[in-house]
Amino acid sequence: MSNFFPRWSNFLPLKLLVSLAVIGAGLVGGVWYYFTPKYTRVGYQPDQPVPFSHAIHVQQLGMDCRYCHSFVEIAGHSNIPNTQTCINCHGQGKVKWDSPRLAPVQESWQTGLPIPWVRIHKVPDYAYFNHAVHVNRGVSCYSCHGAINEMSVVYEAKPLSMAWCLECHRAPENFLRPPSEIYNMEWHPKSFDAQQEMGMKFKQEWNVNPPVTCGGCHR
Amino acid sequence: MLRYFFIGFSLLVLLIVSITGFRGWKSKRPPIEIFPDMVRQAKYKAQSESDFYADDRSARQHVPGTVPLGYSSPQVYQPDGPHHDASSAGDVMGDAGPYGHIEFSASPDYVATGRIGNQWGTGIPFEVTAATMKRGRERYNINCAVCHGAVGMGNGIVSKYGLNGIANQQQQRIRDMADGEIFNTITWGKNSMMGYASTIQVPDRWAIIAYLRALQRAEHATLQDLPEDIAKQYQKPSIDNKLPANLQ
Repeated sequence: MSNFFPRWSNFLPLKLLVSLAVIGAGLVGGVWYYFTPKYTRVGYQPDQPVPFSHAIHVQQLGMDCRYCHSFVEIAGHSNIPNTQTCINCHGQGKVKWDSPRLAPVQESWQTGLPIPWVRIHKVPDYAYFNHAVHVNRGVSCYSCHGAINEMSVVYEAKPLSMAWCLECHRAPENFLRPPSEIYNMEWHPKSFDAQQEMGMKFKQEWNVNPPVTCGGCHR
Repeated sequence: MLRYFFIGFSLLVLLIVSITGFRGWKSKRPPIEIFPDMVRQAKYKAQSESDFYADDRSARQHVPGTVPLGYSSPQVYQPDGPHHDASSAGDVMGDAGPYGHIEFSASPDYVATGRIGNQWGTGIPFEVTAATMKRGRERYNINCAVCHGAVGMGNGIVSKYGLNGIANQQQQRIRDMADGEIFNTITWGKNSMMGYASTIQVPDRWAIIAYLRALQRAEHATLQDLPEDIAKQYQKPSIDNKLPANLQ
């Protein structure tokens, strides 16, 4: 009767407990790592109908963001340029106009139908983001879109999650820039302290008081 | 036994990671929305796609003869009026830009056509201040310098990539051209240049012309044209200038 349970069964409850703990930790870790826009959104890089390269247009040619995204300062929505903006330089007889890669642009110009660009950066429909209020108050394109001047194919660089928005809304002094450098993607603060000092100054001078209440972004 | 569990568990983790990858990896797959509640609502946002209209556009073309909401409606220009004042264009702008509202409308008068009657008019139809010039320089560098070059010599970056026939704005023909005709060219284009009516606001076009005139003036400027305190910086040191004390 004394040997009814084998000896190893003494440790069975402990081993089960350890296994369950490891499985639990694995599940929590997996959800923490994957169930977030840092994983689901960052790195989204769809194929576009035209292989437009920001690296060529911004970095190589030195074009300003606002040549194409012409309404970013005066509208909530930063516009994808109309086809004519492409045609300004790529029209018949102009730069690379007969390149097959530009065929959708020429087709759009002839038919008047839009180029079906694939949208990458998108906040949920219940969040109301306004480009103008941000770029006109010291928030650079770089802060939300990353080094887009170096991207030959655009991808989403930041999670655009609420926690991420609040990082700046709670402490805008860490990100505010001089108005002259908003569209300069190569500009970076000299040091953390320099950024803080400058940021605090701008925050006061421009009366920057980003909302952290629900109603600020969710109407 | 626990050993087998750990081996199995490690393999499972490896399998999951090999399928899902790491944060920040590039992917063509549209983002997974884990809690998609109301993320995509049945409403149109700017430039969104539409299943309803045949051309897939939710944004509709203007009905001829109408003015979109929020745009200034055509009005008779009053030289003394408070509108069209670009002087409020400071370093930091309001949410609708420096003009407080969006200025794209095409009224029939000089400020929006460059014409007076059947002729090109000349002169900027509002007071030109330092802020106007600054605004003009900014807009010129964004929209014009790409082709015409930073000082208007027609040698912008696009000219290096095979776009021919870019006008040199320093030539006499354009120096003599009426402001109104330049305004018309910015608005509607000329020869191979397309119009910029849809991207440059009306007061900005005038600010650009004011800046262009400054560029033309600067091209043949002499030291005497500069204010004295600025001219001093550009004067050559005279011969009897002694070396600074620390270099003697």
